[in-house]
Amino acid sequence: MRALFFLMVSGYATGAAASLVLGTGPLARWTSTLVAVVGAAAGLGLATGASMGGAAFSLEAPDLLASAGGLAFGLDGLGAVFLALTSLVAAPSALYGAGYSRAWDGRPVQRQAGFMLNLFLLSMSLVPLADGTLTFLLFWEGMSLSSYFLVMTEADRPEVSGAGQWYLGMTQMGLACLLGAFLLMQAGGPATFAHLRAAGAMLPAGTRDLVFVLALIGFGSKAGLIPLHVWLPRAHPAAPSHVSALMSGAMIKMGVYGLLRIGLDVLGGGPAWWGALVIGLGALSAVLGVLYALTEDDLKRLLAYSSVENIGVIVLGVGAAFLFQSLQMLPAAAFALAAALFHAVNHAAFKGLLFMGAGAVLHATGTRNMNRLGGLIRGMPWTAACFLLGSVAIAGLPPLNGFVSEWLLFQSLLPGIGAPSPLVAVLMVLALGMLALTAGLAAACFVKAFGITFLAIPRSPEAVAAHEADRSMRTGMIVLAAACLLLSVGSFVIFPRLSTVAAPLVGLPAPGPVVRAGLTLQTPDGLAQMSPVIVTVGLGLVVLVAWLAVKRFASRRPLRVGETWGCGRVVQTPRMEYTSTAFAEPLRRIFAEFYRPTEDVSIDFHPDSRYFVQSISYRSAILPWFDRYLYAPVIARIRFWSERVLTLQSGSVHAYLAYLVAALVLLLGWLVVTGQR
Amino acid sequence: MSPWLLGPVQAAVALMLAPGLVGAIRWMKARLQSRQGSPPWQPYLELRKLFAKEVVVSSNASWLFRAAPFIVFGSTVTVTLLVPLLTVPLPLGGAGDLLVVVYLLLLGTFFLALAGLDPGSPFGGMGASREMTVAALAEPTVALAIFALAWGAGSTNLGQIASRTLITPSEALAPGHVLAFAAIFLVTLAETGRLPVDNPSTHLELTMIHEAMVLEYSGRYLALIEWAAALKLLVFFSLLGNLFAPWGVASAITPGALLWAVLALALKLLALGGVIALVETHIAKLRLFRVPELLSASFILALLAVTASFLVR
Repeated sequence: MRALFFLMVSGYATGAAASLVLGTGPLARWTSTLVAVVGAAAGLGLATGASMGGAAFSLEAPDLLASAGGLAFGLDGLGAVFLALTSLVAAPSALYGAGYSRAWDGRPVQRQAGFMLNLFLLSMSLVPLADGTLTFLLFWEGMSLSSYFLVMTEADRPEVSGAGQWYLGMTQMGLACLLGAFLLMQAGGPATFAHLRAAGAMLPAGTRDLVFVLALIGFGSKAGLIPLHVWLPRAHPAAPSHVSALMSGAMIKMGVYGLLRIGLDVLGGGPAWWGALVIGLGALSAVLGVLYALTEDDLKRLLAYSSVENIGVIVLGVGAAFLFQSLQMLPAAAFALAAALFHAVNHAAFKGLLFMGAGAVLHATGTRNMNRLGGLIRGMPWTAACFLLGSVAIAGLPPLNGFVSEWLLFQSLLPGIGAPSPLVAVLMVLALGMLALTAGLAAACFVKAFGITFLAIPRSPEAVAAHEADRSMRTGMIVLAAACLLLSVGSFVIFPRLSTVAAPLVGLPAPGPVVRAGLTLQTPDGLAQMSPVIVTVGLGLVVLVAWLAVKRFASRRPLRVGETWGCGRVVQTPRMEYTSTAFAEPLRRIFAEFYRPTEDVSIDFHPDSRYFVQSISYRSAILPWFDRYLYAPVIARIRFWSERVLTLQSGSVHAYLAYLVAALVLLLGWLVVTGQR
Repeated sequence: MSPWLLGPVQAAVALMLAPGLVGAIRWMKARLQSRQGSPPWQPYLELRKLFAKEVVVSSNASWLFRAAPFIVFGSTVTVTLLVPLLTVPLPLGGAGDLLVVVYLLLLGTFFLALAGLDPGSPFGGMGASREMTVAALAEPTVALAIFALAWGAGSTNLGQIASRTLITPSEALAPGHVLAFAAIFLVTLAETGRLPVDNPSTHLELTMIHEAMVLEYSGRYLALIEWAAALKLLVFFSLLGNLFAPWGVASAITPGALLWAVLALALKLLALGGVIALVETHIAKLRLFRVPELLSASFILALLAVTASFLVR
């Protein structure tokens, strides 16, 4: 265990060093990539070992940062899940990055990006390994800052620096809340999680509530819960695609990890309203996230909003666990938590895959606007196949992993209606309805994302000229596509492990609800079961038999290739196709109360006759609720006060010297008055 | 008979009955509208004709267009292995429950919508967009109706739900049960493309939903899609028939009981088909943007169903 830990740390550290030392050529790129992959493999090994119930790993390093109390590491089941999902995305992303960043060869940005990527991977992997306040916050901030620099990699593009500012602002606001939460918990003495746990039980109820709310804001801003999601749709399109894959696949899950670590592990759960609040935020994020994703024309922004949706779904499960625990429905709580953890792992796999696919498209065509794409399935068959698989998975459709965790989440909400309080029952029913609506809209959203981008006639010259991604990028995608299938077929092994991880967290003696029965997944009461293996194999067999039967018995006349039928029109052009905007139009109209679309049509007529139209321009936008009504006033206020403060900063050295003297005098005066020396 | 053989037998029965169901509905509708109508066995002849015909594929279409019919057909046939058509409990009941059934059908819809976009025709895109809209909005109703049924039976397992009603027949008239039936009936209309949501016999492209998506298909591919659509109708009908009124379903696997089960199933399908024919004769198609109203009505019914089963527990 210890060896794997050092291998992981040294892998990422060597990667960072290699980027700095070996220059900006292919040598540096590949060395740092390969050692990062070794580091990720070691991380996965470490996580697997810890989750299989091997010897608990812990390592104290009191000499590091000794003045602040030293660092401490440890890995339990919960940490192992998040370390595993980080490592799962890290290796393919690093590989993919090696191909993706080839264009930066010979430029300083290559050195910076390679260094920061490895630093990011290192600190993100150490967050779930941290055992104590200092270690946790140190690597948490390391993760935030290194990802900020990665977002800013292509800072010469105009929209990037704005995105970076949003990201930095939100993440530092989150850090402030976390500092507050940890300060409130700190009772002096060494602050390992074991000590915090003991101190947490002693805290008065009001303080516990405050700690929880601060942690929810702090971790929620990292996870991208609505209304703290504003940085995601900005930072993800700005970042290089393998970084987006890592941020969306792994980093935002750290918010969920932190919430579980503080809320369930350290504080040991709380009153029912904690759970209800978390469920509410989760459901809101899920539904609004997917609604925003639907109307998005920018492929990477669409994926970013879809991450908001999926985090919502995960957090909904987490909230159900909190709620069930407070109602003493412990098996149901463990089941819901395990389902949420499984969805987190699954989302890491398919969202990482989809961001890589979007990156390959961006790389090949130079655009993220779906209305300028189309027909890429011919030029980029591998990317298309991988993106299709990811789309099926994220839409929650069988036989892939997204469906399995969605099924588990549905089942985990079912016991809610048996709760003693009718209020809880109503909440669960509404949450279930929201979850189902989210699933349906996500299917529509990914028909659009895949169909408009990869199918039909190319809508622009760039899309016609699209080329397949290179081998390293393809490998990264194929690894994650295989992971999506394996996580589904192997769920009968993985899910019971997750439920043993979840059980002690909600206060249930291990091994928790036994949900293993041969090849099937079962609910704790054993009444509902589902077998992803049998469904996958059965579906495959039926399709195969149908194909063979059609081949054998149906007409064997060869296919005739003809033109698409179009009511007698002479030529077909891409302008006649449905676009991304058009595809989402019915839903946009149905949810008009939420979108509040503004439309602006201007028609340019021929000067001689109004019967001849020369051009039509159509512009439409949806109301950015959160930007306009939540963030704009806050930003205006901050700006107002900053300008007031600005008058102090006059630029005159004399004034600054006067401030120094005044501060000194005040300080001395205070010392004299209080009588301290 | 080995229970494992029962799955394929059930799928075969469903595959045989499905075109007849569509033909019977068309025939009943024609008679109700005082038309002669084509004979009920017409869909079988159509399928035979289509399987023998040449396939024309758009030059814009990719491999996905040619693969989609098999996925649509395959997922629907897989569903017939999981639904209690003839017997309770099912041999493969442990492999999938009501949620698996719903999501397998959604998988078919997903690929059909992609195939609609593939040839680049505006009609295909329109059909795909509308179909996914309707499917997405029907999802919450389905989930809540499942919730209501599952709460009564304690499980989402289809065999459990059906046997529960068999054991305590009074359950069939419980308010939660009846309301859930009404909700699923409305969803059936939407999901299987019947009036008032979609008109299966329309010839005007602009009003089509399902038909617009499959406009580019011909020959054996069209045959597979039509057969799958008929099968989907049969699956929804048999869910309505066998979950809410499971009488006639065999609980022991003997030839006599199975034969009786096939007969009972055919009778239930005919009865529900008659209701559909009557509905389609009496009402006109809704405007697309009024479909959400119908679906919210069904959502409210499902919500009431959950509330009712919660109150009488």
